[in-house]
Amino acid sequence: MRTIVKAVAGALLASTAMVAGASAQTKEVQMLHWWTSGGEAAALNVLKQDLAKEGYGWKDVPVAGGGGDAAMTALKAMVAAGNYPTASQMLGYTVLDYAAAGVMGDLTETAKKEGWDKSVPAPLQKFAVYKGKWVAAPVNVHSVNWLWINKAVMDKIGGTQPKTFDEFIALLDKAKAAGVIPLALGGQNWQEATMFDSIVLSTGGPEFYKKAMNDLDESALKSDTMKKSFDNLAKLKPYVDPNFSGRDWNLATAMVIKGDALVQVMGDWAKGEFVAAKKQPGTDYLCYRFPGTDGSVIYNSDMFGMFNVPADRKAAQVALATATLSKSFQSAFNVVKGSVPARTDVPDTDFDACGKKGIADLKAANEKGTLFGSLAQGYGAPPAVANAYKDVVTKFVHDQIKTSDEAVKQLVAAINDAK
Amino acid sequence: MTITTMPTARPEREAGAVSLRGKLQDALPKIVLAPSFAAVLVFVYGFILWTIYLSFTNSKTFPSYVLTDSRAYQRLWTWTFQSDPPSSWYTSITNLGIFGVLYIGVCLALGLLLAILLDQKIRGEGVLRPIYLYPMALSFIVTGVAWKWFLDPGLGLERTLHEWGFTSFHFDWIKNKDRVIYTVVIAGVWQASGFVMAMFLAGLRGIDGEILKAAQIDGATPVATYRRIVIPMLRPIFLSAFIVLAHMAIKSYDLVVALTSGGPGGSAWLPSNFMYEYTFKRNEMAVGSASAVIMLMTITAIIVPYLYSELRETNR
Repeated sequence: MRTIVKAVAGALLASTAMVAGASAQTKEVQMLHWWTSGGEAAALNVLKQDLAKEGYGWKDVPVAGGGGDAAMTALKAMVAAGNYPTASQMLGYTVLDYAAAGVMGDLTETAKKEGWDKSVPAPLQKFAVYKGKWVAAPVNVHSVNWLWINKAVMDKIGGTQPKTFDEFIALLDKAKAAGVIPLALGGQNWQEATMFDSIVLSTGGPEFYKKAMNDLDESALKSDTMKKSFDNLAKLKPYVDPNFSGRDWNLATAMVIKGDALVQVMGDWAKGEFVAAKKQPGTDYLCYRFPGTDGSVIYNSDMFGMFNVPADRKAAQVALATATLSKSFQSAFNVVKGSVPARTDVPDTDFDACGKKGIADLKAANEKGTLFGSLAQGYGAPPAVANAYKDVVTKFVHDQIKTSDEAVKQLVAAINDAK
Repeated sequence: MTITTMPTARPEREAGAVSLRGKLQDALPKIVLAPSFAAVLVFVYGFILWTIYLSFTNSKTFPSYVLTDSRAYQRLWTWTFQSDPPSSWYTSITNLGIFGVLYIGVCLALGLLLAILLDQKIRGEGVLRPIYLYPMALSFIVTGVAWKWFLDPGLGLERTLHEWGFTSFHFDWIKNKDRVIYTVVIAGVWQASGFVMAMFLAGLRGIDGEILKAAQIDGATPVATYRRIVIPMLRPIFLSAFIVLAHMAIKSYDLVVALTSGGPGGSAWLPSNFMYEYTFKRNEMAVGSASAVIMLMTITAIIVPYLYSELRETNR
């Protein structure tokens, strides 16, 4: 009965997505992803060509509608119907959820041969390795504690790199006095929470960030440091233009590119927008770590989750995994994407100044143990908790929660409820 | 749904063949209807039951079939009364109340008004009617995006008026957490009121001219004619329009997403947004299912008594 219900449910859900043909070819990689826009699609082409050289075809599993949500719904349907793609783009805890459901493949042999254990940063392995088995190949590492600054505006107001949160406020004041929008923010919950990740790290330091945002330690969550973090978030609110709510992140980036705004706090995917607008780091825009977070990296990472495909499709999967973590692809892909390679032994020769800094920071943070998962991006805690956190932050930004005392109380309650 | 079968009253030649034929004829409508009936049974009522079942499990990312307890409902119940700061569920249900009442009310009122005005034997009716009806042909996504741009203070109406010199004009409801749900009402009404107008217009055209003439002879003013005669006679149209609008209000999801992407701090959520968010984004399938069950119960509680009273009256 259960299997019938499952099958029927699967069939129904699957009808919403175009499902790859049942007669899967053995010399073909079936890939579910949502990298369909300009730069990302071009970056993925590198991988397609690498695989073509080894004689493997590539088949996109198309997903209607942009963004990861539609893709994840489609993936759920495909897996429920027992129709696994070779691999799927996945984020954070999703990989572990699917691994717990027993549908992920085993890449441990490939990983050993390629030396992933040593080259992939340990915090990343937490999401790619399930119970000692490699189930996913990380494609890149994004880091979220960045400031993106328009250099022309910076020069005009005579600003310098802010080293502390107070200096950051002083810089924003200068911009405000000069009549530019100081802080470009998109008022969507994930953008606000992504910025708050950096604020918590800046306010409480690495130890505190880990305790509160990764270990979800209750005493840290309700501490005065967390309260101070909310106070600091409140301090930034006056520097945002009144139209910010609901704005997409790339429009906020565009405000900085055009010089309407001074700075955006955003992950390094924002660099992709600068690159697409033909801007040069150092001359057109500046990339600094969020003030007070130098030496630490808050990351998220795109993974290719590898499914438990039948034996005759395994060779194609291994080829895909090997190609994904090859140094040449890691370099070529991440130069375009704005992120940094998911292994620390890739030469940084092709990267621009910001990319070089990103690679060096990642390596240093990995060695020092200050590489932390972003809670807002779903690398700090499972989705239920991460979204409860985003709820509280966004309600605080939009005045539904009025004081930082209340915010801390709500945060503890929401996280306990979602755990 | 009643199936009337034709009585077989034809001269009988071969008793056996006729009875077989008769049986076949009796059964034919049932056979024809069987597939769609089965489909509805499984895909509508079957999945309603499945959803109810899931809401009592601890399903997270994937459905789990082990019955646990009613924790999902308990959590929803706590959230129902959590108004300061508002929980997402509290926001969703209060928004549904505001949206549902205003959307249905304004659509009915505006639709009726437009229909009555169009019914005054005016010139150009053939042009006006499709213009009012046309928004219905757009999907909610298109409506949502168009209104999003139009209502955005930095892009649309406000900016245009500022450029024309009316700098005191201020309309930022779409960015305001307390007002954003009303922009959803505006866009929804814009889309559906033309359709309601068409329904009322059809009803108005169906009213016997003799009755109106009789009323005129009796000295009734036009207002009294409409209030006492025409509008009461449109009662079945009100019923149909109400049912159509009510289900559109309950299932509204895409409009909120396209128009507000959830609103500032999630303040534009409707229960359907809540359901999708919890089931597919937060991997809390049990809570999502429970909220879907609550939505079903709400709509049942409204629609069933209304249908019952209306249908009983017409049967009388």
